[in-house]
Amino acid sequence: MAGATPTGWKRWVYSTNHKDIGIMYIWFAFFAGLIGFGMSGIIRMELAEPGIQFIPSVFGITEDQARHMFNVLTTGHGLIMVFFMVMPALIGGFGNYFVPLMIGAPDMAFPRMNNISFWLMPPSFILLLLSTFVEGQAGQPGFGGGWTAYAPLSTYGHTGPAMDFAIFSLHLAGASSIMGAINYITTIWNMRAPGMTLHKMPLFSWSVLITAVLLLLALPVLAGAITMLLTDRNFGTTFFDPAGGGDPILFQHLFWFFGHPEVYIMILPAFGIVSHIVSTFSKKSIFGYLGMAYAMAAIGFIGFIVWAHHMYTVGLSLNTKVYFVAATMVIAVPTGVKIFSWVATMWGGSITFKTPMLYAIAFILLFTVGGVTGVVLSNAGADVALHDTYYVVAHFHYVLSLGAVFAIFAGLYYWIGKMSGRQYPEWAGQLQFWVTFIGVNTIFFPQHFLGLQGMPRRYVDYPDAFTYWNQISSYGYLITLVGVIMFILVFAYTLFFAKKTVPDNQWGEGATTLEWTLSSPPPFHQFNELPDMSKSTGH
Amino acid sequence: MGKAIAAGGLVSLVSGVALAQDRVGMPQAKGLWLQEPANEQAQRIVDFNFDLLVLITIITIFVFVLMGYTLVRYSSKFNKTPSKVSHNTLLEFVWTVIPIFILIGIGVVSIPLMYYQETIPETEFAIRATGNQWNWTYSYPDHDEIEFTSVMVPDSAFVNASERSRYESDLASFLGRPAKLNARLLDTDNRLVVPVDTKIKLLITASDVLHSWTVPAFGVKMDAVPGRVNETWFEVSQTGTYYGQCSELCGKDHAFMPIAVEVVSKQEFARWIERAKQDYAQTPSRTALGR
Repeated sequence: MAGATPTGWKRWVYSTNHKDIGIMYIWFAFFAGLIGFGMSGIIRMELAEPGIQFIPSVFGITEDQARHMFNVLTTGHGLIMVFFMVMPALIGGFGNYFVPLMIGAPDMAFPRMNNISFWLMPPSFILLLLSTFVEGQAGQPGFGGGWTAYAPLSTYGHTGPAMDFAIFSLHLAGASSIMGAINYITTIWNMRAPGMTLHKMPLFSWSVLITAVLLLLALPVLAGAITMLLTDRNFGTTFFDPAGGGDPILFQHLFWFFGHPEVYIMILPAFGIVSHIVSTFSKKSIFGYLGMAYAMAAIGFIGFIVWAHHMYTVGLSLNTKVYFVAATMVIAVPTGVKIFSWVATMWGGSITFKTPMLYAIAFILLFTVGGVTGVVLSNAGADVALHDTYYVVAHFHYVLSLGAVFAIFAGLYYWIGKMSGRQYPEWAGQLQFWVTFIGVNTIFFPQHFLGLQGMPRRYVDYPDAFTYWNQISSYGYLITLVGVIMFILVFAYTLFFAKKTVPDNQWGEGATTLEWTLSSPPPFHQFNELPDMSKSTGH
Repeated sequence: MGKAIAAGGLVSLVSGVALAQDRVGMPQAKGLWLQEPANEQAQRIVDFNFDLLVLITIITIFVFVLMGYTLVRYSSKFNKTPSKVSHNTLLEFVWTVIPIFILIGIGVVSIPLMYYQETIPETEFAIRATGNQWNWTYSYPDHDEIEFTSVMVPDSAFVNASERSRYESDLASFLGRPAKLNARLLDTDNRLVVPVDTKIKLLITASDVLHSWTVPAFGVKMDAVPGRVNETWFEVSQTGTYYGQCSELCGKDHAFMPIAVEVVSKQEFARWIERAKQDYAQTPSRTALGR
């Protein structure tokens, strides 16, 4: 029944509506993100000065326990930010809400599967949180082996059940993502409005399509790898145990065969969002649309054949390294196409600097910084000095924390009017942007220096020579904390106090995608009559 | 021209840092750049990293300036009517092809460096480093299986003067010469001792979980993997004490299993090895492989 609008708890728990599910994903990502951000705060405060003081005093534990707790926190921070913040926000949240709107579809292809995709996430997250309370490393709670969970630290290095909880958590999150991926692929492939060919499809839909394909191919490999961990831990197999003829390096190959596509899974939807925002606020259509779409496809493809660049120091053969160096550097080409096409989209435009545009511009600039340090790291010869140091931490936070997360902020400011019908106060949004921008750069830029000087990752304490830049970095966290509090205030004000006054198309002539033809917020069921896109020339 | 200016700025930045360095072989306060190299391997890594730094700085400045110009020139204040241009085949071709040539240029430098690093020359002898939770065991298979373990000096020794002097005198008797502790979290009770100007093969493995053996000043970093023996090499051209820290997460005390290497003259090494044979030689029955 097309007009049915369930109410109360049933609307959310039984939800098969892509917009409701998208909103639940965004709330879920918000709460998980707060926990992940809080963990990084404890990490940064611990590292604000040499010695181990902060964690023992906050948790009331001994210094020795704090050493393990620190590893649990870095592990939790990584897993939460990847699986429970960035992915749910970009793919589950914006993907669910806007892909059907943009392609002119009434809903997702499999609404009930969409429901279970979302509802697997809270149990998955609960399992991960529970894992921090049960025994991991002998006598101490939580799994502290890093989000990469390298064997054998994740097998006989953590004998307690904490790792098993984390494995089951990832199983559920993986099943959720695989079902989501099937849903997106089917929806985008079959449910585009009449006349909307693939080559007319908005770039965000393109990005979600490619991301979904990556998810579908990569996640089963992760599921297999962690299942092998599970049987190694509990059932006496020795996939990764040399004592039984296994090999710890096998786990790394399997993990990174998933893990490298995973980083593109996190960044491709961000590319899509940024493209729309740049186009909207430049009042121009995307420059080189086909190049942009196929650059994403190329990045997705190459993403599968470069995994061992995470493993330059494990003892790969020379020829293997040469191949992975060459293949990895190739990614810079389609990435360059994206960057230059965004600049060319702005070129000749009539640019207005609203908050989403500020975030999109910052995304492009900071992604460039993270991209060029990636080119440095791709060279195995240079990576010898930088592997597993803070240089790597700085690099991947520039592309994720200042890249993917900025795109999430950009998307929220861009679409909050559409999703809620209420508009954020522009001055507050811009102020929030500048505080966050300064904060995150203060956190992560000095980490390049720490890494170059040789400070290894995942260190609870460091030689006194590293104090200065660690302190600056921790001050940066405090600035970012102000930015996050402002973010909460701005959105709380918007959602609970701002008036429902947003018109169908609040951003004007530059906003050309289909969601801007609907009311704000859109009706519970849209496109009962499919829009005819055969005469449209734009994307 | 732009490149010369950028390079000049970087050189003065980096040399300014070099002035502030009081000792090689360990990180420096407020350091901005790689540690001072102690051999050709590290020197080549530093040189290559510097070339890359110049290149990425130019690229980043180019993108920032281009973007800055675009944002000002085409802001709605200065440009009321947006253009309709959304394709330019030549431009798209150019920004695809030029990066390819830049990457080929990087590869021309990068790949020979890898060949240099990965091709193990004739070495005079081998040392085996075994990572354990949480210390390093060193053995000299070519010198009667000398074997000893190197454990971090606890923080308390840097607070308590008598404890410190005890560690220093133990270290002095191990090395056969006066020794000082230099830095918290970097110093170990025993140091790996190697001769200067000697090509040494390093065999790296682990007894429990993954670890990684590195000394930044030597340009060496190699994972220690249970069940595998990884091979690398180094040659140091100046005597002194050099430090590194475990570089693969290995559990609770990952941050507390540093690597300290004492590079001594060949004569001193010969004297040290004779003494060490008496104190630390083993029958070669123990194996570092497996669990």
